[in-house]
Amino acid sequence: MTRHKWNSVIRHAVLILFSLVMVYPVIWWIGASLKTNQELSSPTLFPSVPQWSNYINGWNSVPGFTFTDFYLNTFYLITAVIIVTVISCTLVAFGFARLDFPLRGFWFSLLMLTLMLPGQVLIIPQYAMFHQFGWVNTYLPFIVPHALAGGAGGTFFVFLLVQFIRGIPRELDESAKIDGCSWFGIYWRIVMPLMKPSIVTVIIFCFLWNWDDFLGHLLYINSVDKYTVGLALRMINDSQGGAEWGQLLAMSLVSIVPATLLFVFAQKYFVEGVATTGLKG
Amino acid sequence: MERATSLASEIPVRKKPFRKRWDSPLAGYLFISPWLIGFLALTAYPMLLSLYYSFTNYTLMKPIEWVGLDNYERIITADDKFAQSLKLTFYYVLASVPLKLIAALMVALLLKRAVRGISVYRTAIYFPSLIGASIAVSLLWKNIFGVDGFFNKVLGFFGIPGTGWVTNPDTALWSLIGLSVWQFGSSMVIFLAGLKQIPNDLYEASAVDGAGKLKQFVKITLPMLSPTLFFNLIMGIINSFQMFTPAYVITGGGPMNSTYVYALYLYERAFSRYQLGYSSSLAWIMLILIVAAAVIINLTSKYWVFYESESQGGKRK
Repeated sequence: MTRHKWNSVIRHAVLILFSLVMVYPVIWWIGASLKTNQELSSPTLFPSVPQWSNYINGWNSVPGFTFTDFYLNTFYLITAVIIVTVISCTLVAFGFARLDFPLRGFWFSLLMLTLMLPGQVLIIPQYAMFHQFGWVNTYLPFIVPHALAGGAGGTFFVFLLVQFIRGIPRELDESAKIDGCSWFGIYWRIVMPLMKPSIVTVIIFCFLWNWDDFLGHLLYINSVDKYTVGLALRMINDSQGGAEWGQLLAMSLVSIVPATLLFVFAQKYFVEGVATTGLKG
Repeated sequence: MERATSLASEIPVRKKPFRKRWDSPLAGYLFISPWLIGFLALTAYPMLLSLYYSFTNYTLMKPIEWVGLDNYERIITADDKFAQSLKLTFYYVLASVPLKLIAALMVALLLKRAVRGISVYRTAIYFPSLIGASIAVSLLWKNIFGVDGFFNKVLGFFGIPGTGWVTNPDTALWSLIGLSVWQFGSSMVIFLAGLKQIPNDLYEASAVDGAGKLKQFVKITLPMLSPTLFFNLIMGIINSFQMFTPAYVITGGGPMNSTYVYALYLYERAFSRYQLGYSSSLAWIMLILIVAAAVIINLTSKYWVFYESESQGGKRK
């Protein structure tokens, strides 16, 4: 073999090794979710007899509730959040990208600055405010900030959409203006339809970050009937103290299925979203 | 109305009078109003509120009492947990951020050439970043790095004695660092995009001049990639300084407070003991430290971050 070929073989070998290290825990996870507690400490990847009961018992392991409730809660919360995020962030992004108004540069640099603001500085005063409003143990502490282009990633989305709208030719706006279209008409009829790909990116990351917003859910949701999937997992972990690892791992595995499906079907948007804006992923 | 009709006779564009109303600063402010209201009410005001709280002994139950600099003084002079959690957090940031970036850069360099199978590799390596922030993965980690966990089985296979990685105070923080480094995939995707932007003729020209691979890396790849590196470094520090879910779920701050990171301390002070005043001071100290780190890195950036737009005269910025 030539030196060039050897290089390529080594490169692929290293890459395969890396990929295995990355994915192996997940493969092990699948096997472990079907094991009994005794088998968990055995080195084999898959159990001799798959314990499908881990999934059934795990699904019903919170007394009085099933995971169906927690998934419905989570999807309800996230759907509401996504709808208000898409509306508010596209409006704001259109305003920054297309309209001219006093102090625009100033406000936009403030927006860029809040991109860097560590969220934990805000949790205490926000909690005190929402507590006063009587919003604790409702979904309002998530929906209202997102409706105001904030929340988990709102400012990121505005920035991403502004970049995208700047790439849309202004001639389209101009010709719509000649036809007597209002600014809102231009936003709604011209720019919105063209923004579809970036809106998909926004929806994906909005979904992911809210699904994983464990600290937020922990702070604001107290009663089990409003629990999200993440909180339910934590509750099983706390109450069982590791007695039923199989069930816990099974339910944890199910909880990453939505994100994985999203990734499989919309991989293109992921890679573009991460690569072009440097999203935290 | 009158003006609108007179304009209409001259320029057809101004035919509709209502459009004139929209074509004003007001329209711009209407469009950005969701963000502007959110910024003022849910970012700017809470920050001022938090600053005010930090000078009080506010709890949710009692009336607020102004205590001046007492909180800050107590934190800096008499709070062992503050000093310890800060030290741990620095350790975590200083270990996880560089390791993550180095792994991301290395794999991105490998992937840049391996054209065949690139999407499979990229998917496999990105996948942990996709799911890594979830509580599910924290639970998985807790199991894998336990005494009877899978990781010790792998070590046993190679004849290396293991330990209870998450229950041993000496290794618990490293199991959390490992979880962070395992998610280097998103940084890798960003580096990969950055690498693809480097014009190939730079490499060809330098090869003609007799530059080796290492020299090309140091003289071309690193400078051209430095803005991406800079951005990733800053965001990495901001995010890992606030690490919460893994410490809360995997170790709960233990064993023997060996993973009691700053965010966990802040959370406990605020929401287990409801000392909102004291924890606001903690939050402001955190903000000041993060801003200081960002400013320092920004100051050093003129020595190592290279912006292409200013490279015409060979000038470095």
